[in-house]
Amino acid sequence: MLTVTELAKTYPTGTAALKGVTFTVGEPQVVAIIGPSGAGKSTLIRCINRLVEPTSGSVNLEGTEITTLGRSDLRKARRRMGMIFQEYNLVERLTVMENVLSGRLGYVNFWQAYLRRYPPSDVAAAFKLLDRVGLAGYQDTRADALSGGQRQRVGIARALMQAPDLLLVDEPTASLDPKTSRQIMRILVELAHELGTPALVNIHDVALAQTFSDRIVGLRDGEIVFDGTAKDVTADVLTDIYGEEDWSTTIRKDDEEDEDGEDPGDDKEKKKDKGFIREASSG
Amino acid sequence: MSSPADSQNPERLEWHTIKLIENPVYRYGLLGLVLVYLFWSVGSLEVDWVRAARGIPRAGDMLSRMFPPNFDRWELLSRELLVSVQMAFAASLFGMILAVPLGLCAASNLAPRPVYLVARFIIILSRTFHEIIWAIFFVKIVGFGPLAGVLTLIIASVSFISKMLAEDIENMPPGQMEAIRATGASYMKFLVYCITPQALPRYLGVSIYRLDANIRHSTVVGIVGGGGIGQVLAASFKRYDYDFSLAILLTIIALVFLGEIFSNWARSRLR
Repeated sequence: MLTVTELAKTYPTGTAALKGVTFTVGEPQVVAIIGPSGAGKSTLIRCINRLVEPTSGSVNLEGTEITTLGRSDLRKARRRMGMIFQEYNLVERLTVMENVLSGRLGYVNFWQAYLRRYPPSDVAAAFKLLDRVGLAGYQDTRADALSGGQRQRVGIARALMQAPDLLLVDEPTASLDPKTSRQIMRILVELAHELGTPALVNIHDVALAQTFSDRIVGLRDGEIVFDGTAKDVTADVLTDIYGEEDWSTTIRKDDEEDEDGEDPGDDKEKKKDKGFIREASSG
Repeated sequence: MSSPADSQNPERLEWHTIKLIENPVYRYGLLGLVLVYLFWSVGSLEVDWVRAARGIPRAGDMLSRMFPPNFDRWELLSRELLVSVQMAFAASLFGMILAVPLGLCAASNLAPRPVYLVARFIIILSRTFHEIIWAIFFVKIVGFGPLAGVLTLIIASVSFISKMLAEDIENMPPGQMEAIRATGASYMKFLVYCITPQALPRYLGVSIYRLDANIRHSTVVGIVGGGGIGQVLAASFKRYDYDFSLAILLTIIALVFLGEIFSNWARSRLR
């Protein structure tokens, strides 16, 4: 369980990127964070594992208060949070396997890391994950020889190697083509559900967020202005988050083939929302 | 809605790039000043053309006494040549080792500000003085001979390699470092897992280049008493043994050539 309370970040330049953000992720769900560039999405995610030091507020993961941890406790907390990046951020000159195993750096000792002598259980888990993300046989390929989609698969495997309690995902598809984006999102969401790991996913693509997430949080100027499910996202909501625009082509239509977002048991709501979205898109 | 085409100046047909100095008076004025200074400085050099003219037959005399090159004392030559090569190797090795901590400390994206400033100051200080000055300094301290030469070359190698290493680390994309830090890796694991693989090829390349440079420079520091072939060369000039001097020069040329070839070959293999 992740509880973020009144989290604020003001950069030394005076920019207030976050102005008191409060939310809770109580169950293993995929939470998409949408909002315009500069809304504070990246800052929010980085304040949770303190790659960016928050100015005030609290972040609590499974009972551990993250914001007050000392250096070594922070490292221990960080290994419980897997991070996935827009630019994949693999160590380019290392092989796929070395990159995946780097997810264990917080657990192994220095010599194991230096000599790449990981425990057999880690190696087995790494092979399994590579298989799962569709990169079986790629273990000895150097990261700089991979395509964007392949790199992001390695990025996902690396994050999951940490056996995290939380996934922090920063624009995982912003550098990928539409088809690869969907594949990556599908893998990510499937694995998050499979492993029961909640995920915070910053994402620009509203339709993609609607298709793949269990919950959507809208961020504007460092404040949460929307928190609901994919079906609650209407033209009015998007106008509130992003500003005035014709949203009719952005919002996912319900008759579109549903990739992953099948939510059995929500039929009643679905029907209700269908009309709502139609209305919104015609207006 | 306005497109760029109909926004403004529809009839404007002229366009030129932005000049470095927009005002033509300043632009050409500056150029004029540079030219005036150039003529003034050449005029104030006070070259004694008569003396320069007298040097021409002397140069001819020297050249004629250089031929044929005299390899009679090849034993001394090869022994001192070996000393020079050993100096270059030793200095490169120590330079490589010492440059790692200094280079890490001098990378602004790794080191805390005070550490960074101290490391940069050390690098700047050691680069301030030319190798000849360091060599004279060390000859005064430890006396004539290869030790002074090696110490000189170590200083030069450390400052060069560490500066290159620091700049390479500073140019690394921050994302990879962020990702490894986000796994909860400690600083040392971060160094061996992220910095080392990314910086190693260039570090080795720079070190090999430095070895090549040290072979060349070892002959120069010898001239001021730093030992090796350079010292023999200086002595031969002093005694007007020009034919031996030419033999030494030819040997140095061959050595530097080999060093260059090795350096290029080795660096092309690093990718």
